[in-house]
Amino acid sequence: MKAPERYYDFQKDISGCGVFGVIHKQRGLIPGDMPIRAMACMHDRGNGLGGGFAAYGIYPELADKYAFHLMCDTQAALDSAEQVIKHYFTVHEYHPIPTRKVVTIKNPPIVTRYFLSIKKDRPEEVRELGEQDYVVGAVMHINHKVPGAFVFSSGKNMGAFKGVGFPEDIADFFRLEEYSAYIWTGHNRFPTNTPGWWGGAHPFTLLDWSIVHNGEISSYGINRRYLCEHNYLCTLMTDTEVVAYELDLLIRKHGLSKEMACKVFAPPFWDEIARMPKQEREAYTALRMVYGQALLNGPFAILVADSTGLFGLNDRIKLRPLVVAEKDDMVFMSSEESSIREVQAELDRVWMPKAGEPVIVHLEA
Amino acid sequence: MAKTVTLDASGIYYRQLNEQIREAVAAGATNIVLKNVNGQRYIAGAMTGNVTFEVQGVPGQDMCSFMRGPKVRVKANAQDGVGNTMDDGTIIIEGLAGDVVGYAMRGGKIFIKGDVGYRVGIHMKAYMEKLPTIVIGGKAGDFLGEYMAGGILLLLGMYSDKPSEPIAGRSLGTGMHGGVIYVRGEVPKEQIGPGLTAQPVDAADKAAIAGIVKEYAKELQLDAKEILAADFVKIKPFSHRPYGNLYVPA
Repeated sequence: MKAPERYYDFQKDISGCGVFGVIHKQRGLIPGDMPIRAMACMHDRGNGLGGGFAAYGIYPELADKYAFHLMCDTQAALDSAEQVIKHYFTVHEYHPIPTRKVVTIKNPPIVTRYFLSIKKDRPEEVRELGEQDYVVGAVMHINHKVPGAFVFSSGKNMGAFKGVGFPEDIADFFRLEEYSAYIWTGHNRFPTNTPGWWGGAHPFTLLDWSIVHNGEISSYGINRRYLCEHNYLCTLMTDTEVVAYELDLLIRKHGLSKEMACKVFAPPFWDEIARMPKQEREAYTALRMVYGQALLNGPFAILVADSTGLFGLNDRIKLRPLVVAEKDDMVFMSSEESSIREVQAELDRVWMPKAGEPVIVHLEA
Repeated sequence: MAKTVTLDASGIYYRQLNEQIREAVAAGATNIVLKNVNGQRYIAGAMTGNVTFEVQGVPGQDMCSFMRGPKVRVKANAQDGVGNTMDDGTIIIEGLAGDVVGYAMRGGKIFIKGDVGYRVGIHMKAYMEKLPTIVIGGKAGDFLGEYMAGGILLLLGMYSDKPSEPIAGRSLGTGMHGGVIYVRGEVPKEQIGPGLTAQPVDAADKAAIAGIVKEYAKELQLDAKEILAADFVKIKPFSHRPYGNLYVPA
């Protein structure tokens, strides 16, 4: 899991990443086949250097346990990571993540999953932390301090699956057609600025948060330093990682609504703020001043899921495509309408959301 | 006599589909019906001559890019990059279209029934008899006609799915230095790019609009009278070189 030698010299082909998401508002289970076919329809948006999926509702029998997905270079790395896990958690179940051999998936890391709860007798140094901060701390500890080991999923009743390959091949590798979920997101990567490696594939996750992203976060440097001040450490060498941690910081820890967090990520322009009624103007001014370092600059179309729903958001001048469609209780979000039509030919409504205006869908059941 | 060839695009990769289209045209087909299109890129890209296409389903990115001549009708929505740098011909889209429609378009016509995405008609250009024209029946996103150097953009705002949004997004016509943008009704002042204003249309403008609308309405089976039963405004460049002094002050 090292960046390839001289990766910065690789030839680039024209394309952009592809994202797809689907949610069933009544928690109806959607077979993995749907997101896989949708992503395969956008095969040419990626170049085989990253594919991945997030799925919600896949571990109903262990829904109250934190499901840690680990990728490790070696057995030794896994053993070290397991020691850390046992230091912080009670392990209820663990096993290799079921995979199958796929010709196009080369040198996969060891992938394992653990179903965990917080130890009753917590280690002294982290006894005071709230439960979720405790979990975040453990994830940061492994990703930062255990060489060759990464936690790439740490939520409840959800999981991320990702690696180097086209998304349909990664799905084949992780046998995703065997899972059903009420929210799916998928990603087809076309790395431009950072290496195509297993940890750097999308989605990026923390607790229940997961994000897939088409674009680039030009403000990565400042976002990363801001997160560092709040004990979130970036270790995965892909800009999108900052968004996962900002979601956790702004929404879970600071209590912002999803709408407000989106206005931090993609704020209205100052001239638009100047034209707002007083109360709104003051609120948006405060948001920009307090959270200036959390603003996401650069082009993006992101899909974010958590245990309560799915939302999509574009940067404020819409430098990446995003299409939203509805059919009965399902809402689809994608880079291309064709990927939605591939899995759901008849749609009730199709539209392209406005730049910087989130489309937020909540689970209703 | 038109020779029609029908191709089923279902499950066909874009390269093979475009090869089949080219083979059919080379063999004398003048009317191509494409069934079950879904996401295939570059349909009718760089094609020339007097050929008509009917696209059933959602075509992929860059449909009709560099096209010179054919007439293409899409019976569904279209994605991004329709008519990228097209030179001649006609595109009719019966649904909505995505971002960057008609990017750097140099000639021909694009008629869209519904809404369009962002950066439509940016850097269109005209030369002698070449006068690219885009008609948008719905509303447009930001940067419509940005850096426009020639041609005509006609924005109607009528067949839109977005009742609460302004007819055009931000930065309308920013940096334009040629061509004209006609808008049916009014445009909020703050949506128009720096230094530009919406002006009333004159008799010559009205005649030009009427001519375009007549053809647009006929192709999309709409009521031209209804479309024309409103005032139009125009946005034209205030200077041939709006940024001539940006880096080297005069």
